[in-house]
Amino acid sequence: MKSVAKINYMLEIKNLHAKIEDKEILKGINLTVKAGEVHAIMGPNGSGKSTLSSVLAGREDYEVTGGQVSFNGKDLLDMAPEDRAREGVFLAFQYPVEIPGVSNINFLKTAINEIRTYNGKENITAKDFMALVKEKSALVELDPKLAQRAVNHGFSGGEKKRNEIFQMAMLEPKLAILDETDSGLDIDALRIVANGVNKLKSKDNATIVITHYQRLLDYIVPDFVHVLYNGKIVKSGGKELALELEEKGYDWIKNELQEA
Amino acid sequence: MAYEGDELLEEFTSQEYKYGFVTNIESDMAPKGLNEDIIRFISAKKDEPEWMLQWRLDAFAKWKEMKEPKWPHVKYPEIDFQDSYYYAAPKPKKELASLDEVDPEILKTFTKLGISIDEQKRLSNVAIDVVMDSVSVKTTFKEKLGELGIIFCSFTEAIKNHPELVKKYIGSVVPVTDNFYAALNCAVFTDGSFCYIPKGVRCPMELSTYFRINEAKTGQFERTLIIAEEGSYVSYLEGCTAPMRDENQLHAAVVELVAMKDAEIKYSTVQNWYPGDKEGKGGIYNFVTKRGICLGDNSKISWTQVETGSAVTWKYPSCILKGNNSVGEFYSVAVTNNHQQADTGTKMIHIGKNTKSTIVSKGISAGVSNNSYRGLVRINKGAKNARNFSQCDSLLMGDKCGAHTFPYIEINDKTAKVEHEATTSKIGEDQIFYCNQRGLDNEKAIGLIVNGYCKEVLNQLPMEFAVEAQKLLAVSLEGSVG
Repeated sequence: MKSVAKINYMLEIKNLHAKIEDKEILKGINLTVKAGEVHAIMGPNGSGKSTLSSVLAGREDYEVTGGQVSFNGKDLLDMAPEDRAREGVFLAFQYPVEIPGVSNINFLKTAINEIRTYNGKENITAKDFMALVKEKSALVELDPKLAQRAVNHGFSGGEKKRNEIFQMAMLEPKLAILDETDSGLDIDALRIVANGVNKLKSKDNATIVITHYQRLLDYIVPDFVHVLYNGKIVKSGGKELALELEEKGYDWIKNELQEA
Repeated sequence: MAYEGDELLEEFTSQEYKYGFVTNIESDMAPKGLNEDIIRFISAKKDEPEWMLQWRLDAFAKWKEMKEPKWPHVKYPEIDFQDSYYYAAPKPKKELASLDEVDPEILKTFTKLGISIDEQKRLSNVAIDVVMDSVSVKTTFKEKLGELGIIFCSFTEAIKNHPELVKKYIGSVVPVTDNFYAALNCAVFTDGSFCYIPKGVRCPMELSTYFRINEAKTGQFERTLIIAEEGSYVSYLEGCTAPMRDENQLHAAVVELVAMKDAEIKYSTVQNWYPGDKEGKGGIYNFVTKRGICLGDNSKISWTQVETGSAVTWKYPSCILKGNNSVGEFYSVAVTNNHQQADTGTKMIHIGKNTKSTIVSKGISAGVSNNSYRGLVRINKGAKNARNFSQCDSLLMGDKCGAHTFPYIEINDKTAKVEHEATTSKIGEDQIFYCNQRGLDNEKAIGLIVNGYCKEVLNQLPMEFAVEAQKLLAVSLEGSVG
């Protein structure tokens, strides 16, 4: 891999362009993420936040028109969505999808075994799996009954989001992308979800938190904050940038850009 | 578990089944065509008593007056009934054909399904009556069942050994003139299964019949008759697969169930006959008449079917709820892919008081296939407090297939309560992507989503059958999305 510096980036996005139908949404994103880091991506509605997460996860609706993304040295954009997941990319969906009739447990067991097979490991034993379910559902304070129910089917908004974090805990990804996980959550649910994310944090994994509001960042403290506007990262900084944004609003960025 | 005839059974079945090729069993074949002489030939071959032959000939005479039904929502070329063989019996000697004759697609499917008679046998407590072409090769567990007074044998044996039972019940649920194909079956049926559960006996194992269509151009006409005496219980499994075939094969079976007072019959089918290739060439025509009667009070008949095969399916397992408080159930999954056509459903005829019926139908259409649900709920006058609940769901994959629902409801008693729910949905790209994002490829994702959609029906199947059915659903829909 051609890397300019010797730094080992987990995720390296270079000049990423993407469009949906004929509309260009991402207009040259650059971002690097190392293991152990938490990055927040903020931005007004329509700035391309969710597009970025979808493109990284490999949703087919989007066409990448330029740029590169490497993940642990591998070309991420060249991989099928399931292979990206198996390599350790996890997306917590803004709108988790319901799969009626398929229990959460069965779904996760299938997922875990697919990922293990890909990585040359044997299937998880029923005993180990149940132990894992018990441990991780406690971590995200998920009612064990929800683990038995069909995937997201009839879940409340908060339960769905919590279930995403539960899945994340079960799958132990290297890179977790939380796409507006805070939207639609009340303050208690927000705290629980954030606690879950914090507990799962380690020096070996990284998190990208995509959010509109600063609120979530009170709980999940980022190492870096990036502001996405009109398909580009227009400003990056430390956690204080989020507070500044909260205070001044996104117009501040817009005005600053116009002045420049 | 070793049992008598095990090796014989294996010799006849596992090998050919596994590879799906045509066994060159030296056939004792009737000449091509259909006339009274052929019927006499069949009857003579089977050493039948005069009354049986006469019954066949009467049926044939009536059949000649009947017309093929045109109302089903299916299309297929005119069938030339004179261009078919109506009798083929395997001799106990086998000659294997070459593997090269097999379509690799079929081989792949068999491998993917991973099912074989061997595997079936490993499942405990399953007695298998293999119908290879027309003559039952071997019935297992017969002795064990015999101790309980249960009769489980081929139809031919039943005519020989239990003529009084056959005479009494044959055609009592599905009359000879019920429909064109039933009448044809009555005239030329070659074999099938017979099952009798005596009063108060709970059959200790699932009774299973493994049907095969084996001889080229041999229409197969089985008959099944199950009688459950007062207070008895039986669960019956029927599973079918067929090897590759270029010519269309006609299959017209008749199944009759009789449940006396307090008796219960559970009849489960997994049907996986050759559906034809991706262009719609070949495949089985499956025109089946299945009906049960809840004759006694508090009796129950439950049909569960998972239909993934056949080029054309025309099938309506039905219940006549005659006894008071009797219960009829129909749980169905019908999958059509590529050029398959299915017109399937049920009829629930409420005659007795406080009778209840439940219909859960899950249709899945993919490719350029057409999948129709056709169901009748009839509440007769005097059927006080009858209840029916129907749920008909259709799942579409892609935008070139069709799902159709034809529910008929006839209510002649004011005390009836009938509910009908129907939904049509498309398998979501969103659902598939969600699964992808958790590490599942498209095939696994579709398998999972479809099995979830069918769960209510699959739950009704005995465990061992449910596992097979799940695999079958995934294989049947392979390549239908993405």
